[in-house]
Amino acid sequence: MAKKLMKGCEAIAEAAIRAGCKFFFGYPITPQNDIPEHMAARLPQIGGCFLQAESEVAAINMVYGAAGAGARVMTSSSSCGISLKMEGITFIAGAELPCVIVNMMRGGPGLGSIQASQGDYFQATKGGGHGDYHMIVLAPASVQEASDIMQRAFDLADIYRTPVMLLADGIIGQMMEPVEFHEQESKRELPEKLWATTGWTPDSCRKRAVVNSLYITNEELDTLNQRLQSRYREIQKNEVTVEEYNTENAEFILCAYGTIARICKSAITLLAGEGVKAGLIRPITLWPFPSDTVKKAAEQESVKALLTVEISSGQMLEDVRLAVNGRKETAFLGRPGSYLPSAEEIAQTVLRMRRMHS
Amino acid sequence: MTKVFQKTKLLTDEVMHYCPGCTHGIVHRLVAEAIDELGVQGKTVGVVPVGCAVFAYKYFNIDTQEAAHGRAPAVATGIKRVHPDNVVFTYQGDGDLASIGTAEIVQAAHRGEKITAIFVNNAIYGMTGGQMAPTTLVGQKTTTSPYGRDKDHCGSPIRMSEMLATIEGSAYIERVALNNNANIMKAKRAIKKAFETQIAKKGFSMIEVLSTCPTNWGKSPVEAMEWLEENMIPYYPLGVKKEV
Amino acid sequence: MLEQNIFAGFGGQGVLLMGQLLAYAGMLEDKHVSWLPSYGPEMRGGTANCSVVISDRPVASPIVTKASSVVVMNRPSLDKFESFVQPGGTIFINSSIIDKKAERDDISAFYVECNKIAEELGNPKVANMVMLGAFIQKTGCVDFENVLKAILNKLGEQKANLIPLNREALKRGAACISQS
Repeated sequence: MAKKLMKGCEAIAEAAIRAGCKFFFGYPITPQNDIPEHMAARLPQIGGCFLQAESEVAAINMVYGAAGAGARVMTSSSSCGISLKMEGITFIAGAELPCVIVNMMRGGPGLGSIQASQGDYFQATKGGGHGDYHMIVLAPASVQEASDIMQRAFDLADIYRTPVMLLADGIIGQMMEPVEFHEQESKRELPEKLWATTGWTPDSCRKRAVVNSLYITNEELDTLNQRLQSRYREIQKNEVTVEEYNTENAEFILCAYGTIARICKSAITLLAGEGVKAGLIRPITLWPFPSDTVKKAAEQESVKALLTVEISSGQMLEDVRLAVNGRKETAFLGRPGSYLPSAEEIAQTVLRMRRMHS
Repeated sequence: MTKVFQKTKLLTDEVMHYCPGCTHGIVHRLVAEAIDELGVQGKTVGVVPVGCAVFAYKYFNIDTQEAAHGRAPAVATGIKRVHPDNVVFTYQGDGDLASIGTAEIVQAAHRGEKITAIFVNNAIYGMTGGQMAPTTLVGQKTTTSPYGRDKDHCGSPIRMSEMLATIEGSAYIERVALNNNANIMKAKRAIKKAFETQIAKKGFSMIEVLSTCPTNWGKSPVEAMEWLEENMIPYYPLGVKKEV
Repeated sequence: MLEQNIFAGFGGQGVLLMGQLLAYAGMLEDKHVSWLPSYGPEMRGGTANCSVVISDRPVASPIVTKASSVVVMNRPSLDKFESFVQPGGTIFINSSIIDKKAERDDISAFYVECNKIAEELGNPKVANMVMLGAFIQKTGCVDFENVLKAILNKLGEQKANLIPLNREALKRGAACISQS
C-alpha cells in the first residue's frame, strides 16, 4: 500500500477502523478532535456508528454499553476529559469489558494548557479511577507506530477483557508523518464474547448475560479481584514491549517514552559526537512497565547512570527507580507545563553527569 | 386443576431484596409482563441503576447491564446503537434519573434515542437510607431535610415528565401511579405502550411511576399509598404528557 | 541529509500548507519526513507556524529548535524566528509585507516579494506558493515536480485546473533566487 501523509490523530482513527472498530463515542476537546472528526466521516461509510455524546462522562458510559453488547468500541479524549471518564473506566475494568481509550495528553493540572504533556502517566498506569485495577497502556512515538499499535490495542482488550489506553502527547496527535496501513499478518486468536448482552431466551445456547461490576459480598469481590490480579500477572508476563536503542555497553541510559524518546535519540547522536556512548530505553507498554529491561540495562558494568526525561515532573521516573532499585544513579530531566527539553539540553545534562562520574 | 394465573417467566425465581410494602416488585412485574406479552424477551436488554433497584439484574430474566449511578441512558444508548433492533430499557429511581443523571436522561431524549426509561419516583433516596431527592415534596422530612424540604433553601420538586415532554425527541411520556388496582393496570398499559413506541422506532419514551417507600417514609404500606394519593398526585399530575 | 525547517506567518497565509506540501513531496521521494504544526487558539487569525523535517534517516525529533531554514511570511514571525536559524542557515523573508531586513550576519537572507508576484499572477492566494518556489530552488531538498504532485494531491482532481497557476507561482518564486 502507498504511504499517506497523515496526522497522528487521523491515522489512529483510520487504524482503529481497520482493526474492526465500528463504534465511537466521544466529546470534543483539543488536541484530539481529528479523531472524532475522522470517525464521524468514516464510520457511517462502513455501517458503524459515530455519536457525539453530551459529555465525556456519557461517552465512556456509551462505550460501556456498546462493549457490553459485544462491539469493538473506542473513545478518545485529552487529559481533563479523561479525568471525567475515570468513573466509567473503573466500571469497565470491574465489569471486565474490552475497549480502547485514547488520551492525547495536554498540560495540567486543571484546565492546564493545550500543548503536549506527559502529566497523565500516573493516572494511566496506576489505575486512575478507584479500586484495584490496571489498564494496559500503550505509548507510541510516531504516527506509523500509533497506527500499527491500534490492532494490538483492540486485540489485547478482547483477549484480556480489559480497557486499553493509548497514551500519547499532543505532538503525536497533531504531527503529520508518512503512514502505511499494514494488513495484519498473524492475527491473534480472540475469545468468543459469550458474555455480551445481545438478547437471551431460555433456549439460547449461552447463559443469561449480566454485565456488572457490583460484587456485594466479600467473597464475590475477592473472587473478582483475584481473577483480575492473576490476569494482570499474565499481562505482565506476556505483553511487555520496549525499544532498546544503543543500550549495550552504554555509559549512560536515557529512559523516555513518546515524543521525548525521539528527542533523546537526537541527543544520543550529539553525545556520540562528544565521544559519549549513550543509549535509550523506550517503553512501548507503560503498563506493564518493562522493569526487567531497565534492570538488566542498569546492571551492565559500563553504565554509570540513568537519566529519565519527561514532559512532566518525574512520574515514569518512579517506575525506573523501582526497577533500578538503587543499583545506579537515576537522574531526571523534565518539567511540566508543556515544556520540551531540546536534544542539546539533554546532551548537556548527560555531559554534566559524566563530569560528576569521572 | 387448570392453572389460570402464574408469575411471568420474565422474572427469575430469585427472592427479591425489597422491603415489605415496597412498590418496586410491582413495577418489575409490570415491566416483565409487558416484555412477555410483546414477545420480545430474546431481544430485550435491561439497564439497571444504582439505588434500590441495583440488584434488578437478578430478577429480570433477560440480558442486563448494571450502569454507574445516573448513567443508564448513556449505557442504553451504547447498546441500542450496536443492536438497533434490540429493545433496550433503563430502570431508574429519582436520585439516579432526576439528580445525578439529569444530563444523560435529557440528552437521550434530545437525541430521540429509541430506548424506554422506567422512572420510579418515590420522592426519596431509598438505598442510602432516606435522604432528600429532587422529587421530595416541599415540607417532606427526610434524613437530609430533617426540618422538611424548604423550597427557599433547595428549590421545589422537579417534574421530569413535564420537562422531558418539551423535548422534540420524546415520543411517548406518561406519568402513572401504583396507588390502586385501576392505576396499576393503567401503568401496565403505559409501559407496554412505551415499549411499542420504541419498537416502532418513533423516539424516546419514558414512564414515570409514582411509587411508595414505606420504610423511609416511616409509614405502613397502606398509609404510604394514601400519602402518595393525597400528596404526590396533586403535585405530579397523572396522564400522558407527550405522544407522537 | 537533515533539513529542519520552520514556516511561519499569519493564520490564513497558508504557512501550514507550505510545510505540508514540502513534507508530502519529501515522502514521494522516499525520504523520512515530519510536519508539526503549532495548534490551538493561535490558528484563529493569529500567528501560525510549523516545523518540517526532511531526512534520509528516520526523523528523531520532529521539533525544530535549530533550523537549517526559516520561512517568515510576516513581521512578527521574523522577530520570533530569526534566532532559530543555525549559523550558516537561511532565512526567507516575504519582503512584500516585511519592511525589515534580517539582523544577523551569520546567516543568508533571501527577500521574496510574495504578495506582489502573486498579484501579478492574478491571485493573491498563491503568495505562499511563490515563497515555496523560492525555498525549493535554494534548498534543493525536494524536486519541483514532486511539489506539484503534492499540490495536485491536496487540490484533488476537481481543482486540477489550478495547477498551471500554482506551477507559475512556484516558478516565479524560484526565479527570485536564481536572479539574486
